[in-house]
Amino acid sequence: MISFTVNSKVHKLDVAPDTPLLWVLRDTIGLTGTKYGCGVALCGACTVHVNGEPVRSCVTPISQVAGKRVTTIEGLSRDSSHPVQKAWIAEEVPQCGYCQSGQIMSAAALLAKNRSPSDSDIDKAMSGNICRCGTYNHIRKAIHTASTMMRKGA
Amino acid sequence: MASAAAGGGLVIGFYLPGAARLAEAAAAPTRLNAFLQIGADGKITFACGQAEMGQGAHNALAMMIAEELEVEFKDVRIEQGGVDPAFGNPRYSGFKALGGFQATGGSSSIRNVGVPVRRAGAAARAMLIGAGAEKMKVSQQECVAEKGWVIHKPSGRKVSYGAVASEAAKIAPPPEAELKLKQPADFKVIGKATKRYDIPLKVNGKAIYGIDVKRPGLLTAVVARCPVLGGKVKSFNADGAMKVTGVKKVVEISSGVAVVADSFWAAKKGRDALQVAWDEGPMANVSSPDMYQSWAELAKGSTAAERLKVGDVDAAIATGAKRVESVYEVPFLAHSCMEPMNATAHFKGDSVEIWAPTQAQSWNRHWVSQATGLKPEAITVHTTYLGGGFGRRLESDYAVEAVEVSRAAGNVPVKVVWTREDDMRHSMYRPASYNVLSAALDANGTVIAWRHRIVGASILQYFKIFAHLMRKDGLDPTSVQGAADYFPYDIPNVYVDYVNNNPGVPSGFWRSVGNSQNGFILEGFVDELAHAAGKDPYEYRRQLLAKPPAARLRAVLDLAAEKAGWGKPLPAGVHRGIAAHFAYGSYCAQVAEVSVAKDGAVKVHRVVAAIDPGWVVNPATMALQTESAIVYGLTAALYGEITVKNGRVEQSNFNDYKALRMEEMPKVEVHILQGQGDQGGGGEPGTPPIAPAVCNAIFAATGKRIRKLPIKTELLRA
Repeated sequence: MISFTVNSKVHKLDVAPDTPLLWVLRDTIGLTGTKYGCGVALCGACTVHVNGEPVRSCVTPISQVAGKRVTTIEGLSRDSSHPVQKAWIAEEVPQCGYCQSGQIMSAAALLAKNRSPSDSDIDKAMSGNICRCGTYNHIRKAIHTASTMMRKGA
Repeated sequence: MASAAAGGGLVIGFYLPGAARLAEAAAAPTRLNAFLQIGADGKITFACGQAEMGQGAHNALAMMIAEELEVEFKDVRIEQGGVDPAFGNPRYSGFKALGGFQATGGSSSIRNVGVPVRRAGAAARAMLIGAGAEKMKVSQQECVAEKGWVIHKPSGRKVSYGAVASEAAKIAPPPEAELKLKQPADFKVIGKATKRYDIPLKVNGKAIYGIDVKRPGLLTAVVARCPVLGGKVKSFNADGAMKVTGVKKVVEISSGVAVVADSFWAAKKGRDALQVAWDEGPMANVSSPDMYQSWAELAKGSTAAERLKVGDVDAAIATGAKRVESVYEVPFLAHSCMEPMNATAHFKGDSVEIWAPTQAQSWNRHWVSQATGLKPEAITVHTTYLGGGFGRRLESDYAVEAVEVSRAAGNVPVKVVWTREDDMRHSMYRPASYNVLSAALDANGTVIAWRHRIVGASILQYFKIFAHLMRKDGLDPTSVQGAADYFPYDIPNVYVDYVNNNPGVPSGFWRSVGNSQNGFILEGFVDELAHAAGKDPYEYRRQLLAKPPAARLRAVLDLAAEKAGWGKPLPAGVHRGIAAHFAYGSYCAQVAEVSVAKDGAVKVHRVVAAIDPGWVVNPATMALQTESAIVYGLTAALYGEITVKNGRVEQSNFNDYKALRMEEMPKVEVHILQGQGDQGGGGEPGTPPIAPAVCNAIFAATGKRIRKLPIKTELLRA
């Protein structure tokens, strides 16, 4: 049995310890906001927070998450009120939207550590997240917008 | 029916007292036509038959129907429509056997499907005015529709759409010839930058893609497919797979062997433990270098399908002062949608239900009908959001597979999920081709002759729905698209032909289709001619586009050059390249600013694009789609190559089939030139110009001409 918290809810699950966190979230718990894109930590679509740190859940065995706090896109806020989500809506970032859960989780983790990221900081933090629709310039703009919101106390 | 509640009280189930039932029935929305329902509260529900894959089709079509219906866009709720002949694309009439052409591709949602959508709005408006006039006992001619109200102009009396919807539904819609569509001068909704309704769903994990579908009792399957293209199952041993916890069944289907389990991970582990012996077939001896070699030989031959003949190219070439000859090669390309292929199916014996992120609902139905013997009416296709489409989801392989697995597993609901590797290696690829171009210039450097032979793979060889469009001599119009159907340059002698040759790599539609390769080839070669003539590449193109038929292309060329500051100084090491191309009704020109490092690394700093799509429904979407198309084409130019070794696709994931990332993303500016001509598309026209614009800039930077994609940095080393 592995016990861990997802979005403030405790789960005690009987799953094989090598099952990737991604598939426990999607199939066992039923939270499908975190996406599968590559399975080998190259695309970032599966990004969640584990104890506040951004993590690629597709290569994180569930055993590594025992006793830890997992936050998924569904738990980032109750009502899309996280500054990153508000900025994403204001700047109309998503096109197909499939990569955006991972993009938002990576951006939120960046901003939690660095309220005023430079473009170079953004490159470093976000280049692990692929977007095939090419929304990068709008992601960048939205991160700056979210940063402004956070510095103003949003 | 009644049931006891947990607290011991009686809970009434379906039976409701008379008045409450009537109130409920009245509260249900009224359907006016296939597209529109109106509630008693006046809220509009628009059923959109097109698929939403980020291109904003749902939103733009909703804007168009709101316009004609005379309601505010904020009062329209958008939902995905099913398969319905009313949802077909009116441009393509020859598909009655398929129940019409309901598919999302070819940049056609707004410019083609928008027409019946607007007509449905106008028809509903007329019906509502009729019912409103009837209710107010006034003449229809004295009534107008505005913001969801029927207003009697002389008296100012009005009734809401909600109040008369059920009466309106009983009125026959006016004949099509009498429908009055609104004029652009009267547009209130169309033409305004409008926020897309699906954006909030895509920032909180709520948007449901095909891979997210949930059904009661749903199982998940992963399919083992022969690693050699076209290969088949010879035999298999399921013992190892069945021992994996969670695996329920192992079944053979047309495309391979499916491991069916209670979850994706169990299915995947089960497939890892599956043993399959393959009958590899003839592709086991086919590798990419052989393809190009064989095409080079075919290019020298005399058997080809003629596509464009103007003047006498041979005579003109003989008289030219200067001759330029080049060979261009383009590779097979995968689509690399962020959401890998998947579909959910529940086969029920005499019917089947499918949930899929599909661009081709009506074609999915057709191919499932062929595979199962079921009539199309017995096949229901539910379209989810798509995590990218790009033409890959115009195919039906994922849908047929899921149906076969569901049936073979005992008529149970099954979701078939493809891994990234499956998606990369079992696809229908953008065709590869080998191109021989020759041109002659006169003493002034003017092009007097242009010859282009295309040798390579054919989409219509594989995409059977359009097989009837293949000419008997093998001319596949998609292979010459952008090289001959719209040949913009004013050259007196032109000859374009095509040798249809398929080494066995399945081909399919990829964003901008034939324009994706031919845009690169034409705009690269005309740049070579400009250089041979000693002329500026922008000015040279202007001259070639001087005659009136090319006015719209020349206008975007001028706009892109102007906005990019063509001719003005650039920072050291940064160079410009220009390209212009027509595709799907729109004209697009781009200027790329590029630098090449000593080690050959290419950096694209900025792309300035000008696009003329005629008139635009949502300018925000048009700009975003152009930018998206640019990134898609740029990724392919830098990294895109699907190669085959002994019949096996060599690429597998994002390590060897790279995607452009944030740190490489150039600044992009899109300038929309509106209003002059027929409406053009938005999803694809931005793709063809980017590869040549970048390669032309690389030439300006290094003197090295890129005639083969993807760009290889080792060839650009100083």
